[in-house]
Amino acid sequence: MAGKLGLIIKREYLAKVRNKSFIVMTILSPILIVGMIVLIAYLTKVNDSEKRVVAVLNESGFLHREFSTSEHTSFIQFEDISLDKAKDSTSSMGLYGLLHIPDGKGLEQVAKTAYLYTKDNPNTQITQQLERVFQRKLRQNRLGDLGVSSEQFSDIEKPFELNLATFEGEKSVKGITEIKAFIGGGFGYAIMMFIIIYGTFVMRSVIEEKTSRIIEVIISSVKPFQLMLGKIIGTSLAGVTQFVIWLISASLLLFVVLLISGIDISAVMAELQNTPGAMGGMSELANTLDEDTLLYAREIVNIPWLLLISSFLLYFVLGYFIYSSIYAAIGAAVDNETDTQQFVFPVILPLMLAIYVGFFSVFSNPHGPIAVGFSLFPLTSPIVMLMRLPAGIGEGGVPLWQLLLSILLLIGSFLAIVFLAAKIYRVGILMYGKRPTYKELVKWLRY
Amino acid sequence: MDHILVAKDVSKSYGDHQALRNISLEIPENCIYGLLGPNGAGKTTFIRIINQITYQDSGKVLFNGKSLAPEHIALIGYLPEERGLYKSMKVGDQALYLAQLKGLSKSEAKKRLKYWFDRLDIGDWWGKKIQELSKGMAQKIQFIVTILHEPKLLIFDEPFSGFDPINANIIKDEILQLKEKGTSIIFSTHRMESVEELCEYIALIHNSEKILDGKLSDIKKSYKNNIFNVGLQVDRDAQLFLDDLKTQFQILSSQFYQQECQLDFKVQLPSGNTTEILTQLSKQANINRFEETIPTANDIFIQTVNKRDNGR
Repeated sequence: MAGKLGLIIKREYLAKVRNKSFIVMTILSPILIVGMIVLIAYLTKVNDSEKRVVAVLNESGFLHREFSTSEHTSFIQFEDISLDKAKDSTSSMGLYGLLHIPDGKGLEQVAKTAYLYTKDNPNTQITQQLERVFQRKLRQNRLGDLGVSSEQFSDIEKPFELNLATFEGEKSVKGITEIKAFIGGGFGYAIMMFIIIYGTFVMRSVIEEKTSRIIEVIISSVKPFQLMLGKIIGTSLAGVTQFVIWLISASLLLFVVLLISGIDISAVMAELQNTPGAMGGMSELANTLDEDTLLYAREIVNIPWLLLISSFLLYFVLGYFIYSSIYAAIGAAVDNETDTQQFVFPVILPLMLAIYVGFFSVFSNPHGPIAVGFSLFPLTSPIVMLMRLPAGIGEGGVPLWQLLLSILLLIGSFLAIVFLAAKIYRVGILMYGKRPTYKELVKWLRY
Repeated sequence: MDHILVAKDVSKSYGDHQALRNISLEIPENCIYGLLGPNGAGKTTFIRIINQITYQDSGKVLFNGKSLAPEHIALIGYLPEERGLYKSMKVGDQALYLAQLKGLSKSEAKKRLKYWFDRLDIGDWWGKKIQELSKGMAQKIQFIVTILHEPKLLIFDEPFSGFDPINANIIKDEILQLKEKGTSIIFSTHRMESVEELCEYIALIHNSEKILDGKLSDIKKSYKNNIFNVGLQVDRDAQLFLDDLKTQFQILSSQFYQQECQLDFKVQLPSGNTTEILTQLSKQANINRFEETIPTANDIFIQTVNKRDNGR
């Protein structure tokens, strides 16, 4: 019996892997993704690289030397010409705009009568930049009226950042909760994508066997459950193969990019080897990395990777089996792919919900009631629990009972759903004709 | 006589629909057994139970005297009515896969496949995909895959559908040879002429019930009703002659062909005794035809089903 399951797995795997569209997708996807990233980066750069030149006609006694060239803007000073002439030259020189600061009594007066002339509505970046200059000068001026010296003023202007630490006294850094949830979210997202893509493959493969009418020949040799199981395992192995190929090619690509860009890889490797947990080695590294980066690195190293990856595998396997057996049952219930939509939507719904609820509520509060609820509910827990887990287990992280309950519920519903799906599958594969209703599906469970 | 398969009071229902009601059958070893019945009668359900694709709600099925069990799957070959193959898989790979699922080792399956591919003259199809073959060609491969593991019991559901007459004949000969080698064969079909030709035993299933079964020749005997077709050369007034006959015998229908002076009629002889009528006729006319009408399987099929329906 086990031999037959092996045969089915092998066939399903080879049928998937030898498929032309699978090969094309495997090769093309990384190229497409890398290409997209490069394209987006390039387009953004092109978009931002435009430098705007603003002419300044300053007739007042204030605000000289205040307009300094920034990344996106530079300034030209006009002197001793009339406003109309300045406007003409601005447009004839093709400059972005003209800032006119007329003469007046005192800074307040001057600022009030200043104008920026542009062809169309001005870019907010520029107006904000100019406004900041005026604001700062005005504030300094007003404080100066109250007797604050300019040295004192620069002290006042110094920005402030709150120091963060955990109860254990470790210094913590901002945004680490988000980063952790993001890492967990990445795992959750991977699970969702894998389920949707490979679940659909399982469904298609079932429909193919139905429409080609080979199904009855096969189930006169093997049990329908064996066939379903073999199909799910074979298809997922094909999926894993694809992921491994992508992972390897991505690392190779990274290696090549690093090589080309001239970064000393051996030095990087040495640094990476020193980093994990080795607080003693931090002082050497401190030369190359600033303190914050170090803190982030430590936090990321401190994420319970072993726990995260082992629970990823567990949640992945269970979640994938639950969903793909539902997909198999759907494939068995219908005759062609167009009929699947009404059944597929309710299946994708909890997955989408898990991702969105996860990203919104887990990001803001990893251990709030919504996050806890969704990380226990079996259809969403593979995704939501993984978002919570980077915080670790126990104090400050996921309580152990929640993790265990979540896994227990998942295993329980895994058994129940696979059992029910197998029943629908067993009846459905021999049914041809009209698309069944939900009521009929429930009836099939009793056959 | 040994039975390859015995069904006792087998019932099966799908929800409210009763697909089989107390079916009892005995299928003798090494014979061709025709399973007949109109569409939707329950034949396919019964066959699926034998193949353990579905299970009966009540009753028993014995294979070789033992209760049907998973290990029997390797001893049964099944060619379903709804059949097909993987479209994008190569013929050889596909046949190997299906043979291995039936429990053959890879090398053994390969050896036997080669033999059958040569025998049916399709050796050069090995590397082709099913979608490149015609329907009839695919049917041949399907046939080979069904019989490859040399099962003790073969079940054919409409085996000739999709074959042209020449290939249908080849397949028919193969089926007969398999029977010669000792295989028992269940044959489910609507094609009555092939029943006539192949089956020794039949069972008729109608509306989920078995309404008739037994040896085909016995059934035919019991269905014959002593009606004889008679053809005469009459040189006298045929009408007068016929009226005269009608006083003594039960004439069912008659036809006179003036030009050829040919009188044809059907007569029923309750006792089956032909001496009396033959003596009388031979004195008065030239007999050119005298034969007993034997009902065809088709007649029996229609007659029984109609009788059953009208009896309700």
